[in-house]
Amino acid sequence: MRIVVDTDLCQGHGVCENEAPGLFEVGKDHQVVVLESAPPEDRRAELEAAVRFCPTHALTMVDD
Amino acid sequence: MAIDTTAREPSRVSGGEDTNGHLEELRSDPIGLMQRVRDECGDVGVFRLADRDVVMLSGAEANEFFFRSPEEILDQAEAYPFMTPVFGEGVVFDASPERRREMLHNQALRDKFMRGHAATIAAEVEAMVAAWDDQGEIDLLEWFAELTMYTSSACLIGKRFRDQLDGRFAVLFHDLEQGTDAIAYVDPYADIDSFHRRDAARAELVSLVQAIMERRAAEPPAPEAERDLVDVLMSIKNPDGTDRFLPDEVTGMFISMMFAGHHTTSGTAAWTLIELLRNPEVMTRVDDELGELYAEGAEVSYQALRAMPLLESSVKEALRLHPPLILLLRVAKQELEVEGVAIHPGQMVAASPSVSNRLPEDFPEPEAFHPDRYLDPLEEDRLNPWTWIPFGAGRHRCVGQAFAMMQLKAIFSVLLLDWEFEPAQPPDTYRNDHSKMVVQLQQPCVVRYRRRAVSLNNQGVDA
Repeated sequence: MRIVVDTDLCQGHGVCENEAPGLFEVGKDHQVVVLESAPPEDRRAELEAAVRFCPTHALTMVDD
Repeated sequence: MAIDTTAREPSRVSGGEDTNGHLEELRSDPIGLMQRVRDECGDVGVFRLADRDVVMLSGAEANEFFFRSPEEILDQAEAYPFMTPVFGEGVVFDASPERRREMLHNQALRDKFMRGHAATIAAEVEAMVAAWDDQGEIDLLEWFAELTMYTSSACLIGKRFRDQLDGRFAVLFHDLEQGTDAIAYVDPYADIDSFHRRDAARAELVSLVQAIMERRAAEPPAPEAERDLVDVLMSIKNPDGTDRFLPDEVTGMFISMMFAGHHTTSGTAAWTLIELLRNPEVMTRVDDELGELYAEGAEVSYQALRAMPLLESSVKEALRLHPPLILLLRVAKQELEVEGVAIHPGQMVAASPSVSNRLPEDFPEPEAFHPDRYLDPLEEDRLNPWTWIPFGAGRHRCVGQAFAMMQLKAIFSVLLLDWEFEPAQPPDTYRNDHSKMVVQLQQPCVVRYRRRAVSLNNQGVDA
């Protein structure tokens, strides 16, 4: 499981930081950075919430 | 985006034989014009605005191109000449419009500030309904314009500034919003009444802000916790000790911060209420949802940040049918090609929320108010990210979307828990006025309110 960011869409609202603490960081350039390239399975629910509530729909979850 | 030399020229929409092309039609029936571009020309078609071509795009593929293009391909800064006299020509900012937008986003619109804003907004609605009798009438345009002036000033500039405003501010702001006639594409300072009123309103706003600044300069400084953006800007000095920001510049900054969130939120609040009144069966379901969510005594500031599926869907559907911005514009900076059609540097490029939001292939029964289209499993907004575009999309997407949605949920929580509404005119007579680039509700637009005998959140209680 991994998270893909569409950087054309991210505006750095920081909703993902709150939904899945420690897995995302919005930098000073207002672009999100995914901190864990392969987040553990037990964080799935939080990641789904981050994807769902992203105000710009910039996040996608991919199961490889 | 490789340029194919076989790209054809776009087809042109009918009409527009005047010197100013389709300008007059844009000022009288813009949605009719834009829909005709789609009907006659398809995804890419041209209308003429004064001396420029406007290449209007619609449909998912063309819209995605529009919204993904960066500034060096499709430039936004030059596309809205009617805004320059509103913000103030020659007002010197330390930052580009893009950077100012980022600053605003960072300071006031981040997720972590939303809870405080929700409490502020709920208090502003409470303060306005406190002046109501048990029943009466309100003009939707005026009432929501005044409310959203208080909420946006309190949240974006600060409580101290908001407390120094009165109804005059909203009236002047309305004149600024009305000063956005598309004639600005010919001459932003044309000798017409709405432009004179715009300039007079801006000058009056500067003197109101100046009076506030002078009063503060004469008083001892406010405690740290109460300082607002006015105090911060007044504390910045030039090397020679004089003030860095004069009242004209401060006013220009405030106008540019508040403009985007004002008429948009105000109009959406009005249209959400109008559509709920036109669709009483949905209103009943929204009342039930609110009654249930607030039954445990939740605070509005808490609940407005959480899921309120049907109210939220009703707001989305009001936005789809009555998007506050009907035409989004850019200027092409390079030779471009979209769906085999050529766009040349200097041409304007447009996307239209009014047209895209009603594409029948993406939104079945496009004319119907049907909030259930956003509920699981349909989710037509998520399914159509490039055509469900009341907030735009891509890199210029409205940065205030989450704030706006929270604000509307807070407003309707307060209003509907204790009040019920009914139309004070035939429901099909509520209309938008499209004569200006800033769309506003057309008067008359009156509704009646009446205090509920029992609040929605107490109806389960045996009285």
